[in-house]
Amino acid sequence: MFYREAGQFKTDYAADMAVFPIRQDRIGLALILFVAFVIVPAFGSDFLLQVVMIPTLVFALATIGLNLLTGYTGLLSLGTAGFMGVGAFACYKLTTLFPGVSIVIWVLASGFFSAAIGAAFGLPSLRIKGFYLAVATLAAQFFLQWCFVRIPWLINYNVSNAIEVPERTLLGLIVTGPKASPEVRYLITLAIVVALAWVASNIVHGRIGRSWMAVRDMDIAAELMGIRLLPTKLLAFAVSSFYCGVAGALMVFFWFGGAEPDVFSISQSFLILFMVIIGGLGSIVGSFMGAAFIYILPIALGSLAAAFNAPIPPATLEHLRYMIVGAMIIVFLIVEPHGLAALWRTTKQKLRTWPFPY
Amino acid sequence: MKHLKSLTAGVALAAGLGAAAPAFAADEIFVPLFTYRTGPFAGSGVPIADGMKDYLTMLNERDGGIGGVKLKLEECETGYDTKKGVECYESIKGKNPVMTNPWSTGITLQLIPKAGVDKIPVLSMAYGLSAAARGDTFPWVFNPPNTYWDGLSIIMKYIGTQAGGMDKLKGKTIGYIYLDAGFGKEPIPLFEQYAKDVGFTLKLYPVGATEMQNQSAQWLNVRRDKPDFMVMYGWGALNPTAIKEAVKIGYPMDKFVSIWWPGEDDARSAGEGAKGFKTLNWHAVGADFPAMQDVKKYVVDAGKSLYPKEKFGELLYARGVYNAILIAEGISQAQKITGKKVVTGEDVRRGLEQMDLSEARLKEIGLAGFTAPLKLSCADHNGHRAAFVQEWTGTAWKKVTDPIEPNLQVVTPLLDGAAKDYAEKNTGWPKRTEVCDKAS
Repeated sequence: MFYREAGQFKTDYAADMAVFPIRQDRIGLALILFVAFVIVPAFGSDFLLQVVMIPTLVFALATIGLNLLTGYTGLLSLGTAGFMGVGAFACYKLTTLFPGVSIVIWVLASGFFSAAIGAAFGLPSLRIKGFYLAVATLAAQFFLQWCFVRIPWLINYNVSNAIEVPERTLLGLIVTGPKASPEVRYLITLAIVVALAWVASNIVHGRIGRSWMAVRDMDIAAELMGIRLLPTKLLAFAVSSFYCGVAGALMVFFWFGGAEPDVFSISQSFLILFMVIIGGLGSIVGSFMGAAFIYILPIALGSLAAAFNAPIPPATLEHLRYMIVGAMIIVFLIVEPHGLAALWRTTKQKLRTWPFPY
Repeated sequence: MKHLKSLTAGVALAAGLGAAAPAFAADEIFVPLFTYRTGPFAGSGVPIADGMKDYLTMLNERDGGIGGVKLKLEECETGYDTKKGVECYESIKGKNPVMTNPWSTGITLQLIPKAGVDKIPVLSMAYGLSAAARGDTFPWVFNPPNTYWDGLSIIMKYIGTQAGGMDKLKGKTIGYIYLDAGFGKEPIPLFEQYAKDVGFTLKLYPVGATEMQNQSAQWLNVRRDKPDFMVMYGWGALNPTAIKEAVKIGYPMDKFVSIWWPGEDDARSAGEGAKGFKTLNWHAVGADFPAMQDVKKYVVDAGKSLYPKEKFGELLYARGVYNAILIAEGISQAQKITGKKVVTGEDVRRGLEQMDLSEARLKEIGLAGFTAPLKLSCADHNGHRAAFVQEWTGTAWKKVTDPIEPNLQVVTPLLDGAAKDYAEKNTGWPKRTEVCDKAS
């Protein structure tokens, strides 16, 4: 009833092809951004910002990165955590070598290092596909993690063998390190994630995104239509790794405040792959949903148990969390194999015709 | 981007639930316990968790807490995972905790910078950042009773006597098998220095956290290199696997010395062949202490413990008890200094700094002879206590040496350098402003 486009006429091609063609969508988006930028930092507790919002945003960005590669270009990658690590270590090296430059610039710049490494490891993608490519990217994951552990130069020979995030300021505010307030860190993370999500949305709706999808759907046909496979696939690897790299830098600098190389292990790669699959392959919106679902669900279950003062020992609770989250993932995939994004699309379609579906 | 709506709804739900949690009573002291009973490190984590919890529960049951104030204990499952550890920390931060015990080097490193800002001291008992022993640089971090560098210097002294003098080690080979993370890598610079000074060859056998249960490659190399001694710094599944592999290749167990982390279960699982395996330790094992009997009476026999009765008093359980003693002493010292009953994190920091676990005090709390005395100060947050070597007899640990003092001549310059380096690299690391209390 409320969600329908009756009376909204489109008078030109641009309006017809808009990412959000329906006015209600645009209002909804504005509302969400308002809540995210104003309400959440103003009224959210430290726990909400630090444990729920910042990690979800970081994972959402990494998920977008992997989605660009796996969902849009059809190239399966298991090296996500490795590429995130490249971003994190690059950002650490850059900011310790040039402490005068704003940390936000270095976070974004570290994405380019990650992109270069990602493109290099993407080279085999021209010759191998599917599971075989997954194995090649797995090699990237192991190689990169080996580098993080073995090359002490990357962590400036710290005795703790970990990245120690130094204090940095932006416009007079402390933005990294233990003294930075969660609100500031949240807002910076949010701003970067929103901006990059907007860029990603534009990429996938434009020429580059269409060439990626053409390659995904059938690479021989795409080649016959004049899409050069190597540059297209390498670009997908580079852009995807850029997003992962920025996500990794955000993770260490605005969420953890320090990280051992262990953080960028294969299990993290799988976690992000699950987020992509649960959220929906080939969907930016789905990336946010998938990240939120996988990351927030266990925390919500934990606070649910705490709220009811359930006398469950923490270890049992942990096992329960695993079981419930696992069961819910299976249920979701049976109900909607195309992920939360497809579920959302169906819901929207139903809403448009509600309450008279025929 | 409609998704954010559902996200915010979920978040609001979670936040609402978080806020609905009951507020803590004002006449309690909140002691969060970061534990792990799940994951690849659970084998070591469970006895530690139970030891800590049971001793503190016993204080609640027997004495009504510390100084008449009940302790509110809350376990948070970290799974030895840094992400979950940070989550635990954020969830307990607002409840006025008096200290944190991270039980993971990774989580400790996260909490060290936060400790001073949030005014919550970190007690990382013989793990974490060794440099934190310097109280003037790290007023909020405590890592008694010894550091990993102390541990290595003790092991070297022991190996030296086994070989018949340090000079006899010249030209020998010593192997080092370790968890390939901050914890295992920390002693390497000191090890290399020893190798240079004494003139032995050092062989490194790193084990990644993901390959802990499969060490055949490392032990194949051990068999090839035939080191005269093996030193191990492991945790979780690394320890039992390493001992099993050592038995399998027939490595002489009496030449295999570990830092203080392997427990009975780790050695027992390797069977008869593990006899002679040695580790460092600084406290007694067993239940023959009045306080341990109280734990048994008030907690274990009362059915309030999760720990199997037949394993009561084993090594890592006793290690957990030792940690709990430090927690309790920190709190009771804080009560003594401030005169307050319900103490805060800031008070307990002062309490830990004035820790004086003397023979008399140990006797008073029913643990005479359980461990050597420990005294901390504002400058020294560690104590650098001696540790003895114990041998696995096939069924139990047997103390085989007197306590060996660490070689402070080599450890102190390393600590000073590391503390200075840490403060320099973390721009904005605060100078100590916390006033040092006069010894009470």
